[in-house]
Amino acid sequence: MFDFGIVTNWIDALLNSVMPGWLATCVEGVLVMVALLLLYSVLAMFYIFYERKLCGWIQCRLGPMRVGPWGLIQVFADVFKILIKELIALKNTDKFLFALAPYLVIIASMLVFANLPWGNGLQIIDFNIGVFFMIAASSIGVVGILLAGWSSNNKYALIGAMRSGAQMVSYELSIGISIMTMVLMTGTLSVTGIVEAQADGWLIFRGHLPAVVAFIIYLIAANAETNRGPFDMPEAEHELTAGYHTEYSGIHFGFFYLAEYLNLFIVSGIASLMFLGGWMPLHVPGWEGFNAVMDYIPSVVWFLGKAFFVSFLLIWIRWTYPRVRIDQMLALEWKYLMPFGLVNLVIMALCVTLGFHF
Amino acid sequence: MVNIQEKISALCPSATFEEGDKLTVTVAEKEWHALAKALKNELGYDMLTSVVGMDWKDSLGAVYYLTSTATWEMLAVKVAVSDREKPMIHTVSDIWGVANFQEREVYDFLGIEFINHPDMRRFFLRNDWVGYPLRKDYDADPEKNPIRLTAEVNEDDTYSLEEDENGNITRVDKKVFGDDDYVVNFGPQHPSTHGVMRLRTAINGEIIKKVDVMSGYIHRGIEKLCEGLTYPQTLFFTDRMDYMSAHQNRHCACMCVEKALGIEVPRRAQVIRVMMDELMRISSHLLSYGCLTMDMGATTAFFYGFREREDVLDIFEKTCGARMSLHYNVIGGVVADLHEDFQKDVKAFIPKMRKALKEYHKLYTGNVIARNRMIGVGELSKADAISYAVTGPSGRASGFACDARKHKPYSIYNELKFNEIVRENGDCYDRYLNRLDEIEESLKILEQLVDNIPEGEICAKVPKIIKLPAGRWYQEVEASRGVFGVYIESDGDKKPFRMHFQSPCFNLVGVMDNCCKGHMIADLITIGAALDYVIPDIDR
Amino acid sequence: MGVNIKSMKYEDFKDNEYIESLVAELKASGTNVMVGKLDELINWGRANSLWPLCFGTSCCAIEFMALGAARYDMARFGFEVARNSPRQADYIMVQGTIVHRMAPAVLRLYEQLAEPKYVIACGGCAVSGGPFKNSYCVLPGVDKILPVDVYMPGCPPRPEAMFYGLMQLQRKIKVQKFFGGANRQQKIKEFFASHPEDAKQM
Repeated sequence: MFDFGIVTNWIDALLNSVMPGWLATCVEGVLVMVALLLLYSVLAMFYIFYERKLCGWIQCRLGPMRVGPWGLIQVFADVFKILIKELIALKNTDKFLFALAPYLVIIASMLVFANLPWGNGLQIIDFNIGVFFMIAASSIGVVGILLAGWSSNNKYALIGAMRSGAQMVSYELSIGISIMTMVLMTGTLSVTGIVEAQADGWLIFRGHLPAVVAFIIYLIAANAETNRGPFDMPEAEHELTAGYHTEYSGIHFGFFYLAEYLNLFIVSGIASLMFLGGWMPLHVPGWEGFNAVMDYIPSVVWFLGKAFFVSFLLIWIRWTYPRVRIDQMLALEWKYLMPFGLVNLVIMALCVTLGFHF
Repeated sequence: MVNIQEKISALCPSATFEEGDKLTVTVAEKEWHALAKALKNELGYDMLTSVVGMDWKDSLGAVYYLTSTATWEMLAVKVAVSDREKPMIHTVSDIWGVANFQEREVYDFLGIEFINHPDMRRFFLRNDWVGYPLRKDYDADPEKNPIRLTAEVNEDDTYSLEEDENGNITRVDKKVFGDDDYVVNFGPQHPSTHGVMRLRTAINGEIIKKVDVMSGYIHRGIEKLCEGLTYPQTLFFTDRMDYMSAHQNRHCACMCVEKALGIEVPRRAQVIRVMMDELMRISSHLLSYGCLTMDMGATTAFFYGFREREDVLDIFEKTCGARMSLHYNVIGGVVADLHEDFQKDVKAFIPKMRKALKEYHKLYTGNVIARNRMIGVGELSKADAISYAVTGPSGRASGFACDARKHKPYSIYNELKFNEIVRENGDCYDRYLNRLDEIEESLKILEQLVDNIPEGEICAKVPKIIKLPAGRWYQEVEASRGVFGVYIESDGDKKPFRMHFQSPCFNLVGVMDNCCKGHMIADLITIGAALDYVIPDIDR
Repeated sequence: MGVNIKSMKYEDFKDNEYIESLVAELKASGTNVMVGKLDELINWGRANSLWPLCFGTSCCAIEFMALGAARYDMARFGFEVARNSPRQADYIMVQGTIVHRMAPAVLRLYEQLAEPKYVIACGGCAVSGGPFKNSYCVLPGVDKILPVDVYMPGCPPRPEAMFYGLMQLQRKIKVQKFFGGANRQQKIKEFFASHPEDAKQM
């Protein structure tokens, strides 16, 4: 496996050799930031296209076709348009909070995004509490949504925001518990540590049934966490017109839109890191030739491939199921997912203590 | 008939009788309320089919069409008041629930106030509208009612005329919503109101406390327009009321005129009409399936419904030349002969639709989220369904067997074999299943007819200028959403004196408040979609 | 010079002279190369990303749904992101009759749309009042209250006709000027100059 750490270390050494240390750190920071922003926007655009094509396929349609070959640059047209669309200033609203909300949402998703290891050594910073940081940062998003709903001075937006608050707070628990199950197995909170622990086999295979249960719980909770169908109640197009972002126009709405798609990538990325081995290739014990071939595929491809696969599952779910109702959604979390998750955690703890896992 | 006459005479000696299309009883305004109660409780006329507000020039009044759901006998009751300045009739909204909205419509069009009616607001027109448009002396001067671009004020204000024991009538001003109500406004522009319906909803958290239906956002004054047009011209509007029942509605209007003229429609035309009706029903139920699923968030199912609907539209297009506003039926028959591919297309369509139905069930009916969202939501009891005259698949979901094709067979329906789909629970799930099952029944009818289209004329001989003799006629058909009625009153001219369309959707919105109370906001959308009303049909 | 869009040949449009005259008028004073190219890019973006507002009053709305459904699939042109909130939509397609009671609501919806916004009168009723023109409470055409960009006749227009109308709108957008033309800030100032009461409230 090619270690991207070599490249990054070389850049670091080069910068340090031509300038003082503090400046080198600053330059690195800027470089990383630019790379992140670029990646963020490119990925978001890719995801919008990905979803539109996939949903077209599911619905016996073609999806975007006319703008560019196979509609490839459709999303660019959307972005150009939305960038220069009017930002409507509303009367009787809290203008500061109204403007702040979309930024909070996008900052939250960017913080988590920055924390994902893309490949072997391709990570910005390796915390020893990386998993904890990811969960903490992702919950800033709900503040943005609540602010958006509150400051819009619109009843639909307020109902949407309140739903969103209840939903996020509830499902955060399930996400946390299912991730904790994996943390328990690997014994580390560092994201790289968890990935490296999967060199011999992905956790979903190694962890017996508890890992599979945790993966399913994670998928359901992640769908809810990203406000996507069947849990898209905060937006609930057919009930609340557009939910918490009813009053947002132009690029402010664009931020919500981008963050929604990026969050989809983030939750799929976390799923692949925690359960599917992250950037680790697929290894089957005993099949040496097969393992060697798998090692030739770059780690970035492994990571993105797994993330896109999980996103495909999530998109498939979204376009198949009807929306649940708010009481059913809360019942699902508090009556089923969380107790199951907790029991699952205990079983996993037993497995780990007794050494039942591979 | 004679029997009923005697019974009514015993109840109300001053009533006079008039034989005609339906037995018509004329009663004085004072005796009307007592008679109505007796008609319902003692003679079994438990459904108020239609209330037609009338302006007979010398007097104002209303014609009430009552139906007994046991025998499907119909009775017309005529109530007239001669006071044109302040006409007042006693309400029957305490006896039949449906009268609530029906009487508001009469008030809106003719200015007749109903004593003891709980909520006397205009139903279709703005509350600052000047005049009553269906009165014969209505001043249509656009200066009086210019296009106003400001919102209506005092939407919350209403009043009722309350009568005490001594017969004194006092006006009591009321508010629709209290000061403590958190009112959320759905519509007129809202993706799930299926058009421009406006539902003002008082909520407590997510729970709905009260729904106030405000209609009229697409009230186009069809009934008034009809009074200025000849009979063939009036048919033009039937396709545009419930555009998903275009064939059935037009069929009904044609039959009403044919009945008045005594025209015998050729057999071939009858068969074609029935086949078109059933195809229209299928297309309507497919749309309804699509909209219900989409409103509940399952966008994909919507596309599946529309996929098959396009096939039906193709069949229409070949014969009628249009996809939606078809204008195929004319007085005496149909306007053009069938396209040569018609039989082939229908035969190909039937197995395809059967296969698709299975797919729909697989895709949606068994889905656990869908079931949880629909079962037990928006329940309507059979008694309420009859009281509110909820017909069609929605009424039959409540256990109310009300298919006009079975109980009041018209055209050739009595020769056909098909089942009336009745379910008992009255919730959204039953309404949804009823629609899918009715597609199957319609396919059965098509199957019976597709090889048995007789040769012959497609249109009877009809006079060039159609003049109806003086009198009144009422005809019903089973449209896609329930029983659709056409009322024609003629004074012998080539234009109708009064034409009234009794739309099924009008009754469907009447139960919104009943069904939604205690449910959640998300259920409001499901209930609306499962009742499946079409707004232009309500507003006309 | 023709105004080209990818989906349909220039010769196949019926009203090329009208678009040509618009282009000639805009080009009369000449444009800077940079600004001109940027304008082209912006217009390209706007023309290819038309998000409709879900707004239908009657039959035309059903045909609009058919337009979005599998056979016609307006997603191919990138029109499928139908927004329910007017703030996020680009054009309002008035599908159906507008009556007196609805008129203030339609106007309000139009005002809620964010610039740039376009109006399409879809169907006979929205174009001229259609069969209900003589009624006591029907607007004889939505252009009495809104500035209409494209008229789509038909009762209801077929989905193909709707595509043709939407392409006409695309062409119209492609001859717009973003730079140097009237821009938003200026409009706001003008608006407040003529509406002093509103200026006080802001």
